[in-house]
Amino acid sequence: MTVPLLSLQGLTKAYPGVVANDQVSFDIGEGEVHALLGENGAGKSTLVKMIYGLVKPDSGQMLLRGAPFAPAEPRAARADGIAMVFQHFSLFDALNVAENIALGMENPPAMRDLASRIREVSETYGLPLDPYRTVGDLSAGERQRVEIIRCLLQDPKLLIMDEPTSVLTPQEVEILFETLQKLRSEGTSILYISHKLEEIRKLCDHATILRLGKNVGECTPAETSARDMAEMMVGTALKTPTRSDRIMGNVALDISGLSVPSPSAFGTSLKNIHLSLRKGEILGIGGVAGNGQDELLAVLSGETLSAPDAVKLHGQPIGRLGPVARRRLGLLSAPEERLGHAAAPDMSLTENAMLTAAVRENLVNRGFLNWPAAKAFAKRVISTFDVRTPGPENAARSLSGGNLQKFVIGREVLQRPEVLVVNQPTWGVDASAAAAIRQSLLDLAAGGTALLCISQDLDELMEISDSFAALNEGRLSTPRAASGLTVDEIGLMMGGAHGMEVAHV
Amino acid sequence: MDLSAINPVLLIASLMVAATPLLLAAVGELVVEKSGVLNLGVEGMMITGAIAGFATAVESGSPLLGFVVAAIAGAALSTLFAILTQFAQANQVASGLSLTLFGLGLSALMGQSYVGIKPPQMQDIHIPVLSDLPVVGPILFGHDIILYFGIALTAAIWAVLKYSRVGLILRAVGENHDAAHALGYKVVRIRILAILFGGACAGMGGAYISLIRVPQWTEGMTAGIGWIALALVVFASWKPWRVLLGAYLFGGVTVVQLNLQAAGVAIPVEYLAMSPYLITIVVLVILSADKSSAPAALGRNFHASR
Repeated sequence: MTVPLLSLQGLTKAYPGVVANDQVSFDIGEGEVHALLGENGAGKSTLVKMIYGLVKPDSGQMLLRGAPFAPAEPRAARADGIAMVFQHFSLFDALNVAENIALGMENPPAMRDLASRIREVSETYGLPLDPYRTVGDLSAGERQRVEIIRCLLQDPKLLIMDEPTSVLTPQEVEILFETLQKLRSEGTSILYISHKLEEIRKLCDHATILRLGKNVGECTPAETSARDMAEMMVGTALKTPTRSDRIMGNVALDISGLSVPSPSAFGTSLKNIHLSLRKGEILGIGGVAGNGQDELLAVLSGETLSAPDAVKLHGQPIGRLGPVARRRLGLLSAPEERLGHAAAPDMSLTENAMLTAAVRENLVNRGFLNWPAAKAFAKRVISTFDVRTPGPENAARSLSGGNLQKFVIGREVLQRPEVLVVNQPTWGVDASAAAAIRQSLLDLAAGGTALLCISQDLDELMEISDSFAALNEGRLSTPRAASGLTVDEIGLMMGGAHGMEVAHV
Repeated sequence: MDLSAINPVLLIASLMVAATPLLLAAVGELVVEKSGVLNLGVEGMMITGAIAGFATAVESGSPLLGFVVAAIAGAALSTLFAILTQFAQANQVASGLSLTLFGLGLSALMGQSYVGIKPPQMQDIHIPVLSDLPVVGPILFGHDIILYFGIALTAAIWAVLKYSRVGLILRAVGENHDAAHALGYKVVRIRILAILFGGACAGMGGAYISLIRVPQWTEGMTAGIGWIALALVVFASWKPWRVLLGAYLFGGVTVVQLNLQAAGVAIPVEYLAMSPYLITIVVLVILSADKSSAPAALGRNFHASR
């Protein structure tokens, strides 16, 4: 029996009010790709933070090659050969690639030597990268390369990857997997965190499943179906949303020749966008984050104004109307960022309901707010969408991500929109809440509403949309019928590998 | 009106003196802001340094000791700000403003018995031959040591920020404190050190006014230089050499307008008095029209739990 590379034994970590990890134990072997599976809030992030020395366990111990291992800080973990690629990239936009990499190293060589080593390592692993480019100008895939190369330069024994593919196109995922397989063949172990089951089945040798902080099972992904793994993650049988046949009506929303310059330095300009959306239709818009999704939503919601004729609702030009006027006409939207954009974090649910529903639900009378009506509306959202909260007087911030998302989407759905635009409707939401939100969008479309759903989750788009288009660097591909599209075709619509060279492994 | 009474050599020499307090305070604040902290208490730390340095110099007879104590006093006052913002998570804008008000009051109290006293004089350096050269001598080689220190400090800060690992870490903390924390850097510790450094610089800048520029003690004698320093850092796009340029420009216009007043130019005194502020800001706004790069985490408090 060989000694595993890293052995976790009974790790427990509690935060006030919640046990993030409860007696978690598993082993990671040498040269093994080990998957850590679980829903949001299952305790995956806390667990890897303990391995990386960012958080100290309350009890339990770790053994690295049989010797006790308790890193006091990331520096110590790095010294012992643990490297980590973060979910939300831990990069500094205003610094260049070499500076970013130097910050993640213990004793970086002089900048010029470092730059040549970066070139060397990046060529070896098929991840070409210019050390002197500013990170703020890089695409998501390139940023991830920076993180990976930062890890590789330290010769890690264990590479931790936290949701690495959530920001990549299918082609970029291919390149990443080839790199990871090359690493494995060289004897590096990888702890791979994800909730994308097909990827795990393809890549990982072994999987540990966490639910509510507990280790609820292990499996060999290649021999287990995705559905079984999903049910182990969620703990109950999954309900898949059902779609009923819908009749497409007249064109509700028409966008032609829409070009809008980027409002901020690191934003994306929209370039010559055409689309038309019929009543009862769901148009899914895919694409890697940062390719114009937020900008498109802002143009549709009325936060950004455009040429009057570029956006038409039922044939009426609305390009210069603000959000309130558009809401009055029936064009509603729910942006991606829950805390701060879709909802005001420190205001109560009643107040948040008032903020978007005032116009369509007649919650305002000659400038005076009708609080009882707003409260009733908030209660209706809470009960209809099964939002778990003590009541509408609670602050939006106090809700969990999934519950707040149900509230935010429900608040728009109940206002009987004629056109609804949603961005990332199920981002960071657990599987059962996501299914409920998708079902409500399908039901809404069945009632004749035209829906525009922007998302980075391709499975979600394929599940609910009638037609599909992708945003790439501010341009929208021509919408195509969603049924029958292959992953390759979708990837190409999303811009392929973004001009990144394919790995020569 | 007699413009011939203005001696250009003396004018340049005295503009360097006029610019030094502003330069010291501004480069100190630049380091603070590069670490992601906005300390609006510069004025308060300057005036505290001014009276602490003045009192020490009068009591001990050593102006140099005065500067050392001024730096300590400025840093001590900034400790208060550091505790409030880094440990108690207080709002940086409100804490900085109250620091200024506190410093103004404290200095007035400390300075009551020093009004009207003349401090010991700081000797100008004298390098044989070089200092006696015409024109170049008085401009380049005839100043007090602190003035050269200010220029050297600017150069040092520029080099450290650009070439050293310490500078890189400081910039990283100011750019994205969550990422810096995730990489294992001690965000709070680095920021506290930066705040203390900024406080020491502001304290010395204040002492330069009360010991060399004026030299005497009057209440509120910093007269808004701390606020100009804050504006200067922004308009100089957080670049040390631009801070130096802006400080000298401000010093220059101040000296010129004083000379013009003395020469009896037929422009109302009020316009002349406001000209340094106006001209400095206009020039720096034009300069900062290129990509201005504020540290991305500027003014945001950091808490390790998130």
